[in-house]
Amino acid sequence: MNKFLIALVATFLGVNALAQFRVEVSGAGLTQFPIAVAPFKGNDGMTQKLATIVLADLERSGQFRGVDNGVVPMDENIRPDLPVWRKLGADALLTGSISRTGEDRYEVRFRLWDAVRNQDLGGQSQVAPAAELRRVAHRMSDWVYEKLTGEKGVFSTRIAYVTKSASIFNLWVADSDGEGAQSALRSAEPIISPAWAPNGNQLAYVSFESRKPVVYVHEIDSGKRRLVANFKGSNSAPAWSPDGKTLALTLSRDGGSQLFLLDANSTGQEPKRLAASSSIDTEPVFTPDGQAIYFVSDRGGSPQIYKIPVSGGNAERVTFNGTYNISPSLSPDGRWLAYVSRVAGAYKLHLQDLNSGQSQALTDTSADESPSFAPNGRMIIYATQQLGREALMTSTMDGRVKARLAGQSGDLREPAWGPLVAP
Amino acid sequence: MYKLIVIWVLAALLGACSSPIKLNEVNVEDKSGQAAAAAAMKSLTPAMASGAGDKKGTVANLDTTKDVKSSASSVGSAMGAAAAGASGNTVKSLGAADAGRTIYFAFDSFVVRPEYQSILEENARSAKANKIQRLVIEGHTDERGGREYNLALGQKRADAVRNALSLLGVSDTQMESVSFGKEKPAAMGDSETAMEKNRRAEINIR
Repeated sequence: MNKFLIALVATFLGVNALAQFRVEVSGAGLTQFPIAVAPFKGNDGMTQKLATIVLADLERSGQFRGVDNGVVPMDENIRPDLPVWRKLGADALLTGSISRTGEDRYEVRFRLWDAVRNQDLGGQSQVAPAAELRRVAHRMSDWVYEKLTGEKGVFSTRIAYVTKSASIFNLWVADSDGEGAQSALRSAEPIISPAWAPNGNQLAYVSFESRKPVVYVHEIDSGKRRLVANFKGSNSAPAWSPDGKTLALTLSRDGGSQLFLLDANSTGQEPKRLAASSSIDTEPVFTPDGQAIYFVSDRGGSPQIYKIPVSGGNAERVTFNGTYNISPSLSPDGRWLAYVSRVAGAYKLHLQDLNSGQSQALTDTSADESPSFAPNGRMIIYATQQLGREALMTSTMDGRVKARLAGQSGDLREPAWGPLVAP
Repeated sequence: MYKLIVIWVLAALLGACSSPIKLNEVNVEDKSGQAAAAAAMKSLTPAMASGAGDKKGTVANLDTTKDVKSSASSVGSAMGAAAAGASGNTVKSLGAADAGRTIYFAFDSFVVRPEYQSILEENARSAKANKIQRLVIEGHTDERGGREYNLALGQKRADAVRNALSLLGVSDTQMESVSFGKEKPAAMGDSETAMEKNRRAEINIR
């Protein structure tokens, strides 16, 4: 019975250890690759636990399931007894080490083992200062993810989002797991609709700091920004063309809310009208090939999503279920449309297969907003409310695996997933 | 030993273990022939080093709360430069600040109801008497729905009020209609009362 009591106490402490895991992952995918990640040798006593970060990344993708990672740190030079790990349920094992090689200089080495084929899959070594260790871990996650799935990982990408705390608004740029957030803009007035330029170093957004909505293009690493749209009336909903040269916008300068195209490097040039209607046209988003724009319009009597060629012309309706469909986001392969649909008064994230027209709800929350696809098309980030607080979540495409992201305190909203960038 | 039990129980709970093998009782490393095996392992690929001077990932902060005046410079704005403030000669006439300046709307509607006619007339009278005054009409919505779509709905409310003022003779060059969507609620919360107070257009003199 003594052992039982110990186990019971251990359970509670075990749960606490999980709670340190600020990324809360829930749900189970249909097919998940079981992987074991051993603690890295030399990582003991350091703040950033590399194995923990990598495992959290892989689990958040919904495509991996963590298997007992063991107690014993294993470095990349030890040959593991792979059949034993296989018996423990792992199809792969990641081992590695971190060593200090200078003043604020660390070398991180890792190796991935295939426990099914009993093979060494290779690995990498990286050198970085302490402040970059989370980024090092995310690069490892990307390497492992790509090796085992054949697809590009998004763990080294960045996200942008807005917080409201008391009467202060901040536009944050953070790692894909929500950690490491840094404020790009601090304002006493609202900020909405951040949109990443394809180069990954600029954000367009709407700011109300001059007591009307205007659009800025903001350079992240320098803090320099340009006011690109301050036409009469409201200026909002910026979206970048895939080549980064054009911005689509919603402007009320000619009456109503209408879609316009503007040179992204514009200095006071006249915008070009994309479509003319007597209805609300807003929330433009370019297709990945840059040839068309999806947008929201209530020209049919209620807000639905439409598609129009970039050269203008006839708009074709895309959503047909329900009476309120907004906030389109397209997958990088152009095949899927994420959007928000109001169903019985609840605002819910949906995913539509653009080939078949079939759509499905992904969440069981009721205040979903602002979906944004990951640049590998495998996850969607969105804002929602949980337990009365605004939160950022990611979901897999089938809605089965969700994670709540770490983030700054306050209400979190308006997430936008940044592009894949060269390492 | 204790730590081991924690991990083991945790793993058992997670159902991740397919068999209750305690790790310290098992050879997780293949120590035999390790030296020979190490020679046979693939050499690790060096990835690009991140230096402390690496600009990637740098985020500079721009703090606009420190600005004394938070007014954006106009680019392509069709509004002429307008001096703010009343002419200051009024003893008897009603300024827009004295008149009511908020018009409320029903859910999903941008129709200006007849009960607001007197407010519109007061503001129109004041604007026509003080041509220097620039009116900015701000449209708002309640908190239900998406931010950009609500921005457009708020715009419709602001436009409706501007059109009504225009019909009462106020010059279009004297007015600008903008929207705040759901971003600047007058009342917090999701009660019916709060939402009613948020569906509004405000006539401001700037």
